[in-house]
Amino acid sequence: MRSPGMGMHSQRVQEKPKDRKKVLLRLGKYLLEHKWLVLLALILTTASNFLALVGPALAGKAVDAIGTQAGGVDFPTVFRYCFFMLVFYAASSFMAYLLSIVMIHFSQKIVYQMRKDIFHKLAELPVRFFDGHAIGDIISRISYDVDTVNASLSNDLLQICTSAITVVGSLTMMIFISPVLVLVFAVTVPASIFLTKYMTGKVRPLFRKRSGKLGELNGYVEEILTGHRTTKAYHREEVMTNRFEERNQDAAKAYYEADYYGSMVGPSVNFINNLSLVFVSVFGALLYLAGGISLGNLSSFVLYSRKFSGPINEMANILSELQSACAAAERVFRLIDEEPEPADSLGAKELCDVRGDVEMRHVVFGYDPDKIILHGLNLSAPKGKLIAIVGPTGAGKTTIVNLLMRFYDPKSGEILVDQNEIRSVTRSSLRRSFAMVLQDTWLFHGTIFENLTYGSKETSLEEVVRAARAANIHDYIMSLPNQYDTVLDENGMNISQGQKQLLTIARAMLLHANMLILDEATSNVDTRTEQQIQAAMQDLMQGKTCFVIAHRLSTIQNADEILVVMGGEIIERGTHEQLLLQNGKYAELYRSQFH
Amino acid sequence: MRKVIEYLKPQFAWMCFGISIKFVGTIMDLVIPWILAHLLDVVVPTEDHGAIFLWGGAMLLSAVLALVTNIIANRIASLVARDTVRSLRHDLFSKICLLSCHQTDEFTIPSLESRMTSDTYNIHQMLNMMQRMGVRAPILLLGGIGITLMMEPVLTLTLIGTLPLLALVVWWVSKKGIPLYTKLQQSIDRMVRTVRENITGIRVIKALSKTEYEKKRFDDANQNVVACEKKAGITMALTNPAMNLLLNIGLTLVILVGAYRVNAGVTQPGTIIAFLTYFTIILNALMAITRIFVMYSKGSASAQRICAVLDAPVDLKVIEKEPLKEVLKETETTDNRLFYGVQEQEKPPHICFYHVNFSYYKKKENVSDIHFAIRRGETLGIIGATGSGKSTIIRLLMRLYDVDCGGVYIDGKDVRAMEPDELHRKFGVVFQNDILFADTIYENIAFGRDISKEEAARAARCAQAGEFIDALSDGLDHMLTAKGTNLSGGQKQRVLLARALAGKPEIIVLDDSSSALDYKTDSLLRQAIREEYHGVTTVIIAQRVSSIRHADHILVLEAGQEIGYGTHEELIRTCEVYRQISHSQMGGGQDA
Repeated sequence: MRSPGMGMHSQRVQEKPKDRKKVLLRLGKYLLEHKWLVLLALILTTASNFLALVGPALAGKAVDAIGTQAGGVDFPTVFRYCFFMLVFYAASSFMAYLLSIVMIHFSQKIVYQMRKDIFHKLAELPVRFFDGHAIGDIISRISYDVDTVNASLSNDLLQICTSAITVVGSLTMMIFISPVLVLVFAVTVPASIFLTKYMTGKVRPLFRKRSGKLGELNGYVEEILTGHRTTKAYHREEVMTNRFEERNQDAAKAYYEADYYGSMVGPSVNFINNLSLVFVSVFGALLYLAGGISLGNLSSFVLYSRKFSGPINEMANILSELQSACAAAERVFRLIDEEPEPADSLGAKELCDVRGDVEMRHVVFGYDPDKIILHGLNLSAPKGKLIAIVGPTGAGKTTIVNLLMRFYDPKSGEILVDQNEIRSVTRSSLRRSFAMVLQDTWLFHGTIFENLTYGSKETSLEEVVRAARAANIHDYIMSLPNQYDTVLDENGMNISQGQKQLLTIARAMLLHANMLILDEATSNVDTRTEQQIQAAMQDLMQGKTCFVIAHRLSTIQNADEILVVMGGEIIERGTHEQLLLQNGKYAELYRSQFH
Repeated sequence: MRKVIEYLKPQFAWMCFGISIKFVGTIMDLVIPWILAHLLDVVVPTEDHGAIFLWGGAMLLSAVLALVTNIIANRIASLVARDTVRSLRHDLFSKICLLSCHQTDEFTIPSLESRMTSDTYNIHQMLNMMQRMGVRAPILLLGGIGITLMMEPVLTLTLIGTLPLLALVVWWVSKKGIPLYTKLQQSIDRMVRTVRENITGIRVIKALSKTEYEKKRFDDANQNVVACEKKAGITMALTNPAMNLLLNIGLTLVILVGAYRVNAGVTQPGTIIAFLTYFTIILNALMAITRIFVMYSKGSASAQRICAVLDAPVDLKVIEKEPLKEVLKETETTDNRLFYGVQEQEKPPHICFYHVNFSYYKKKENVSDIHFAIRRGETLGIIGATGSGKSTIIRLLMRLYDVDCGGVYIDGKDVRAMEPDELHRKFGVVFQNDILFADTIYENIAFGRDISKEEAARAARCAQAGEFIDALSDGLDHMLTAKGTNLSGGQKQRVLLARALAGKPEIIVLDDSSSALDYKTDSLLRQAIREEYHGVTTVIIAQRVSSIRHADHILVLEAGQEIGYGTHEELIRTCEVYRQISHSQMGGGQDA
């Protein structure tokens, strides 16, 4: 979160006019998806509340039947009413339980949908997004923020509905009894509305900050946890904890600040209600003295006014809770609204039966539009050729891969596969036509078999074993407790980096793609193992257009063309022998490995 | 949970203060309706205007008091919750930092992460809620029971008779509920893991067009969370209606018993009516207590997960271990050839592995009988096949794991007997896949150590990072993105190397750290280390013979066994495997 790009990003969002209505509307859409459940819930609440109200009435009847005389109790009637009471209470409790179940289903449906939407969005976002966002912050959105939305939304919605019914009902009754006294509410109700509005306006940015700070905290935790070993190695636990403490304090402070104002809402509205009670009783008493109202009516008016103010009080509390839901929802929606990878162009076709002719023409590109890395790169790789890319670090070698795979699009110029401009074909078909082994190996939590067949279709164990043997990793797999069914845990701990690379090589072997990208594919594999898998690698590369990035120049000596990239431009190109004869940069690099 | 309460202790005074204020507020809330009743029943009929205003004023005063006290009490509650959770989170984080690598492997990172965030958050909510509602409800409950007891002890006892049943419900639900919430948190761990995997593997997933598959995988995790949450929710939702029902059954019993008592002339029907009014208060109070209780179950599951980390035994403790000298005395001399020269000079070797065996899972040995010694200022190169245990050796050297038998000695002292600070200060290290943080380059090099800008710049130059850093407009103050994604692979490694060099280490450990450097940079780096860090012992794991051929000692590993140890020339003569490796890389050149 502290990277400059992201700082700018969050600031920009802060400045944007906050369109609360939009957030609410979008939240509403999620609710409306399940309008029948909402309706069912409403019916259940009403029914359960109604049944619960019948109870006391029945109790009254039973008490009446008891009478006042000792010995004069009408036992059959008492028993009958008591029986009814039991039935009604049981029914009411049953309804209440049913209601809870409906609400749980309802809210879980919403949460499920929200998480799904977020994840689907994540799947569509361009690689650029992930290069610039903290993982922890993203996780915070999909867990904490969604939970916050859920916690307030599912309960509050129902509350608001039932409150509204009560409010309308008691208001009608009060107008019926004494329109004059209702005037008191003409003062206090606007006052509480104004207060609530004012408070929510104040609390809202605080809740937003609270969600944001929690996300930052999460981002930091994630970062440090990933680097746990490094922290231990330098014994920097204390320093890291101190740095964490800064963020921890920030988050705690943001939490408290939101609470500080948020906790005022309830008592304040309660106060206004009490105030109206004072007015009602004092003015009511005066009115009674002036002969404007009977005492009996006054007491029922007071009863109704208490019934009336209760829900208003609740509602104010709920509104402040809704603020935190809105702030969280905003963060969720902001992620959902991130610009996805631009859609495949109209009429993009499937790239199929790829031969593997690749060409780059005048490609200009920079990750940062102001900092161009590739200045008009030209490159041609006909079918089946092995193109090696060498050059000092930071020269743009991996960038070429990023462009070929369309993780990024060039600023200008074109890239052609089989004479098709790659932007005119679907991304998925383009990417499928490449097999790729990267230096940063990636394995997921799953069995070795699942990891190896990741991306290939219907692969038999036999084929998988063949690939694993070819990649020289079969023996290792067989030494594991469950062999191919061994589950690789987080980041494949305690599998060495080299073994991970061998696994990804085996994975690539099973892909049967016609073009191959090897970006430092064997950098962590020792050279002897590399030699042992050389034949398999040759086999893998056979007939395919290959792009190989390597430092170990020995691995690329038989390349059809070697490109020496420096400062985003190809400064030398040719075969190994030609380049050695040229006695330029390549020759220098080549010789330096024998120092 | 007990542990969490301990964290509340420092806040105890505040909490008591807050609770007593809340007490006042609650009383005020109760006083207002009482005044109202008094006003209508007693004062109004007297037609005394003054008295009406007086009582109205009293109500107003109570309302103001209720406002002020409730706000203050709520704020104190937030304050207490804030400070408690903050220190809990602090200790949790600090403990996580201190966990050994072995323990981190066991907890797994996503789980630690969600303990750090969503579990502490649950506790925060619980503390907040319990303080706010935890006062009012018991007051109402006890007050209600107290008044009814005074009014009609027998009827009250009838009602109280249902309480054991209520307790049973609470006990049963919590027994079911807490494990369900624990399970829920576990399913959240799984979801978090899936999200993490997807973010880190985004390139591969996109490359293989597995987006749909991943969506499915996430969907499974998502559904799992939903199922767990539903199950927990539905179980907990049982308490409220069940309690309601039980109490109402109690109430019905009260009426029945009341009927007999009225019949016997021991009680008045008016009492039963009053009883019913207070009963509503008791019921509401119990409902509030149920809500607190649900919160508590959820918080308690989270507290258990947090405490599991906090209570994790301190692994890798500093223990008494006899120095190398003593160990050598006890063993036969034939074995000690390695250390002879050293003993004559009366100075122990800088680094010594003494018959070391180690296994990660305590099943198959990952390295066995590793036995060597190097002197200060020497260079050790480690080479060997993939998975042969190279990285394991440096993990043992830095005591990220403890050996199963044998010993690792630095300056003749067992690493297990050294204070962590003393031990780790000696090292500068670059791991494979080491991590850069979202911070400036300078901060990444200094890494929280006391290192000046000049020192950092010097280290950067030596690590061959000077050139690219100078080319940046803001130099060392350049901000890196998380994991250094705005640097190329080689640039990242150079910054990491600079980090390793900057702390004036005694021992530099490079685990295949020059793999992303081209040969020329690599050799410049080695030269710089030789020149600028003279007298520093270096341990280099490498794939290329060229990176280690000038090392004073080279250790050749195969399947965790030491199959060769010596200089390049010696090994070329004696070690078949080494000869093969060298041959394959150097094109057979003996002294090219």
